[in-house]
Amino acid sequence: MGRTIAQKIFDDHRVGTPDADMHVIRLDAVFCHEITTPPAILDLERRDKDRVFDPDRIKVVIDHVSPAKDSKTALQGKILRAWAHRHAIKDFFDIGANGVCHAIFPEKGFVRPGYTVIMGDSHTCTHGAFGAFAAGVGTTDLEVGILKGVCAFKSPETMRINITGHLPEGVYAKDVILSVIGRIGVNGATNKVIEFAGPVVAAMDMESRMTLCNMAIEAGGTCGICEPDRTTVDYLWPFIKDQYDTPEAALADFARYLPDADAVYSTTIDHDVSALSPMVTFGYKPDNVKPVAEMAGTPVDQIYIGSCTNGRISDLRIAAKVLSGQRISDNVRAIVSPATPKIYAQALEEGLIKIFMDAGFCVTNPTCGACLGMSNGVLAEGEVCASTTNRNFNGRMGKGGMVHLMSPATAAASAIAGSIANSTLFNG
Amino acid sequence: MKSFNGKVLFLDRSDINTDEIIPAKYLTEISREALAPNLLEDLKMDGFDPANDIAGKAVVVTRANFGCGSSREHAPWALEVNGINLVVGESFARIFRQNMFNCGMMAVELPADTIDALFATFAGRETTATTDFEGGTITFSAGDVSRTVPFKISGFDADLVTAGGWVEYADANY
Ligand code: SF4
Repeated sequence: MGRTIAQKIFDDHRVGTPDADMHVIRLDAVFCHEITTPPAILDLERRDKDRVFDPDRIKVVIDHVSPAKDSKTALQGKILRAWAHRHAIKDFFDIGANGVCHAIFPEKGFVRPGYTVIMGDSHTCTHGAFGAFAAGVGTTDLEVGILKGVCAFKSPETMRINITGHLPEGVYAKDVILSVIGRIGVNGATNKVIEFAGPVVAAMDMESRMTLCNMAIEAGGTCGICEPDRTTVDYLWPFIKDQYDTPEAALADFARYLPDADAVYSTTIDHDVSALSPMVTFGYKPDNVKPVAEMAGTPVDQIYIGSCTNGRISDLRIAAKVLSGQRISDNVRAIVSPATPKIYAQALEEGLIKIFMDAGFCVTNPTCGACLGMSNGVLAEGEVCASTTNRNFNGRMGKGGMVHLMSPATAAASAIAGSIANSTLFNG
Repeated sequence: MKSFNGKVLFLDRSDINTDEIIPAKYLTEISREALAPNLLEDLKMDGFDPANDIAGKAVVVTRANFGCGSSREHAPWALEVNGINLVVGESFARIFRQNMFNCGMMAVELPADTIDALFATFAGRETTATTDFEGGTITFSAGDVSRTVPFKISGFDADLVTAGGWVEYADANY
């Protein structure tokens, strides 16, 4: 019987089946940040098991609240720093070198096709863009990952979503994933892996694929996965060129993880995007989605461009294109957080930062910042934010605040208008 | 193995979510013990007063879909540091259930009519639960009334309980 990408990855990594439907798999990478890792570290100490399975497979970043904003967040950083140091974890990204976890780890080449990755963070599904199985987990699963390099999962049932047609100009991966979530609902992929495929995904660059997979969890998915192809190889080439003679050889090797033609899916959906227009959320659930045109004119107080969904260089380029030569409305304030130092430096070099600043944006250091409402742009009661992030839950960016999720193009256009607006890049 | 015996706290509602079990504002706490005073503090329910009703309890009996909401493992921890290692209900949210067994605690599902009967017979009375883990039964008693109910958990879940959680089990087996 044919197998899906996730089934092939499980078969390659299984080290035990403690129950008929439970698979213990070996992990290629365990990612850590300062919010969920300290409780795992302290528990390991308490159990007298302060060990790590392999310091080279553990990657650590301080990203959620950086620089620390108070004594509690400072302590979280302190515990993580000391732990990384005593276990000689060399891939530890502290302030000055840090960035949003799901942006910086792929950028460093830490994710490969066929990999298994866990992290104590629900948006770990982002890394599936590389043809990897990557899942967010709770603290105990993270703890066991750190200690033993294994994790237990139920059989990976897979849902296939073929993105078909042609993406219109001014419509982006963010609009695609919002429309998918709007269609299948916040429970549409619960307990399932989503394989994103079809001509539109094949034509997407890695950054767009990461945006797509990032929000698989917003439909309840354990992981979003894209088929590894030439685009994947080209992105990873600087990191794998010592392993393979040619990109073609790498591609042939990664083909092991392509789904079989007769793979068995629990559901298959064709999602045609040819008539898609830019999308925006309107409520407190990510499946409350409408075309921007239907929400146009809704006043906003703050614009936020950043996060693991849309804080990468291509996102900043699109936003800057919309903002070039423009000023943000007097009625709003606007914040941009390049997701990693590399992206920040690139944006400086390309003159994007100047465009943002000339337009009236505040440019922050790379961090999750306002995305989770803990620092760098928390909303006041009753305020509204036009945001390129991934969660619009009640209170997500500040108690009593409202978040509208959208693409960087729409966020930039909304900054200029002072209310939700379609960008000039879209002429639908 | 943890203890699954002691006084019972009855929570007569379905869909008690993780925010009600432990509010999000305590997620910056890095020690489990710090969560102890805040268990169920946002659970608004007639006849329930977290300040008085939790102390001394070791078992929770509740309705359906307990532990829905976020994936936070702080929910089982907040129960654990209050001495509660067993929650009995009609059903549980998937991640909460996994987190409980990962911590060597138990989330035991019983049929709706059994739960109804437990509430009808025991709620409002000082009730004690005694678990026979090997035999797969829990005996509830109040005064001279007592009722023994069978329960089933998977072999893997039982192994996690015996080992004291996924950390101990994984360290011994992988
Ligand atoms: S940017 Fe937001 S969603 Fe992404 S990891 Fe940080 S807090 Fe989570």
